[in-house]
Amino acid sequence: MVNVTLDHVTKIFGKVRAVDNVSLKIKHGEFMVLLGPSGCGKTTTLRLIAGLEKPTSGRILFNEEDVTYLPPRARNISMVFQSYAVWPHMTVYENIAFPLKIKKYNEEEIRRRVKWAAELLKIEELLNRYPHQLSGGQRQRVAVARAIVVEPRVLLMDEPLSNLDAVLRVRMRSELKKLQRQIKVTTIYVTHDQVEAMTMGDRIAVMNEGKIMQVGVPREVYYRPANTFVAGFIGSPQMNFIEVTVKTEGEKIVLDAGSFNVPPPKGYDRVLDKYLGKTLILGIRPEHIYVGDYVPSNVKVVTLNGKVDFIETLGSDTILHIGVDDTIIIVKVPGEVHVRVGDNVKIHLNEDAIRLFDKHTGKAIT
Amino acid sequence: MTMRKEIFTPEKKQQIYRLLLYGGAVIVSVWILAPIALIALAALSTPRDLYDIHKVLPTSFTLDHMYKLLFVLGAWQALINSILVALLTIGLSFLLGLPAGYALSRFIFPGRDTLKLLVLTTRMFPVMILAIPLTVLYIQLGLSDTLVGVALAHTSMVLPFVILITSSIFASVPVEYEEAAMIFGLSHAKAFLKVTLPLALPGLAASAIFTFIMSWNEVFVAAILTFTNRTLPAHILTTALASPDYFKFAAGLIMTIPAMIFVFIARKYLVTMWGITLR
Repeated sequence: MVNVTLDHVTKIFGKVRAVDNVSLKIKHGEFMVLLGPSGCGKTTTLRLIAGLEKPTSGRILFNEEDVTYLPPRARNISMVFQSYAVWPHMTVYENIAFPLKIKKYNEEEIRRRVKWAAELLKIEELLNRYPHQLSGGQRQRVAVARAIVVEPRVLLMDEPLSNLDAVLRVRMRSELKKLQRQIKVTTIYVTHDQVEAMTMGDRIAVMNEGKIMQVGVPREVYYRPANTFVAGFIGSPQMNFIEVTVKTEGEKIVLDAGSFNVPPPKGYDRVLDKYLGKTLILGIRPEHIYVGDYVPSNVKVVTLNGKVDFIETLGSDTILHIGVDDTIIIVKVPGEVHVRVGDNVKIHLNEDAIRLFDKHTGKAIT
Repeated sequence: MTMRKEIFTPEKKQQIYRLLLYGGAVIVSVWILAPIALIALAALSTPRDLYDIHKVLPTSFTLDHMYKLLFVLGAWQALINSILVALLTIGLSFLLGLPAGYALSRFIFPGRDTLKLLVLTTRMFPVMILAIPLTVLYIQLGLSDTLVGVALAHTSMVLPFVILITSSIFASVPVEYEEAAMIFGLSHAKAFLKVTLPLALPGLAASAIFTFIMSWNEVFVAAILTFTNRTLPAHILTTALASPDYFKFAAGLIMTIPAMIFVFIARKYLVTMWGITLR
């Protein structure tokens, strides 16, 4: 049972606040993903947990034990590196057995455990090879086997899939997740890939500029982003952001986007009083907009008239760039659509999926 | 146009490439080996054959000059001295240079780049200028005419290069290898010994060769700092040069062989280890 707690952790390199007052609780057996763009501090956070860096301030706890200033070797953790860091001067067997040898397991126990890890990762037949005789994917498996063989308290992974080719990456994604469920080790996984984060994480901590922007289960960060950063970072293509002004039209409140009005989405009508006359950001995901005449009957929509500006055909999906006056709205529809550039089309914004953000703070309005 | 293409088929190109490669290798080998072979022949031939103008290559051989040079004129002791000094120089310069090279490659600290440059300033002054003060200092310290003294002088000459070479070798070993070792239970020092050092071995072999050759060849400092405990080049400078030609050739051969043996052994570590080549 290991809970990892980051308590107001800050790390400053020179003048850069790489990690800025981060507090985070990771529960035992949880698969926590640190997600963010490069340079957001996610890898530094991981290295702080590993003990490869010491924080400028704040504490790191494993359960109640303060490990902030313990060297990595005293923390009983494992790590999978982005470059795998499988030692080239040792065979696969020696690589996997290394952590066990240092922890002074007896010869038989070492053999048993290496066999167990190798079987789990399907690399039994590679045990006598040297790393340079392996493919990238195989080396990665060795790195994972080495990391789990000691049954660590915490398993840390730093973009372990980013050097694999696309097909292998998708396969390893599910394999790693299954493996983690099987051995139930508290896992902290760093990635910049939102698909990895969404598919693998029990919870996701989205980071930007050293700060945690939102922590939540994948559904939550996708459907209820806490701010414009999270809203924009998660989802592909990016969420549409439209500036709107809160106005009254007779008795009703409307969101004025310049050339068109949007009625306040469900649940927002009461809170919007406070924002009268102010500018907000309306966010709607491309996949939450319908095109043409078909709209599912139980969905409330806001309908706008637009003109097709550009079409990207992806096969499984089609991305339409639709100009509503001078605003371009990106729409993602499954399969193919029979429209051409220049066509006039109706688009329907799913009202439930509309999110509103404060323009200045970027925070979601609820 | 089509005719031209047919002349240089890929196989033809391959053959031409091979021809040039092997041809070049042969020329370079002959260029290097011919003088050594000629020295060996002259060193081992009888004086009569050597001075016979009708003979290009000698036909009768003797080990007499080699024997006399080594055991009568004292070259054997000088040879042992030279090997001891060279090994001591490698030991001392690695003892001091490896940690310095490691620190320069791994840690970021103020003045790192300046320090890297400053290391070289020790070679700014010609040894000639230092000769007298160095001798005086050595006499005062009781290091004069000792092998340790010569090795110390050689160490100071070779240290900047050892530091710079090893720092670039250590920089070529990814820091993740070391970090992984620390994560899996080793201290920083042990991670260095068990992971970084073995991986740096090819590069270290290269700088060991460099150090050995430098110390082996160095004659000026060795000559001014010793009187009785001479290293081989210093010894030969004073004895063989005043002797007949065949002694000079014998001296040349004695100079060459141990260096060749050392390079031959170190070479094994130089090329590839565990099938990987570190850059």
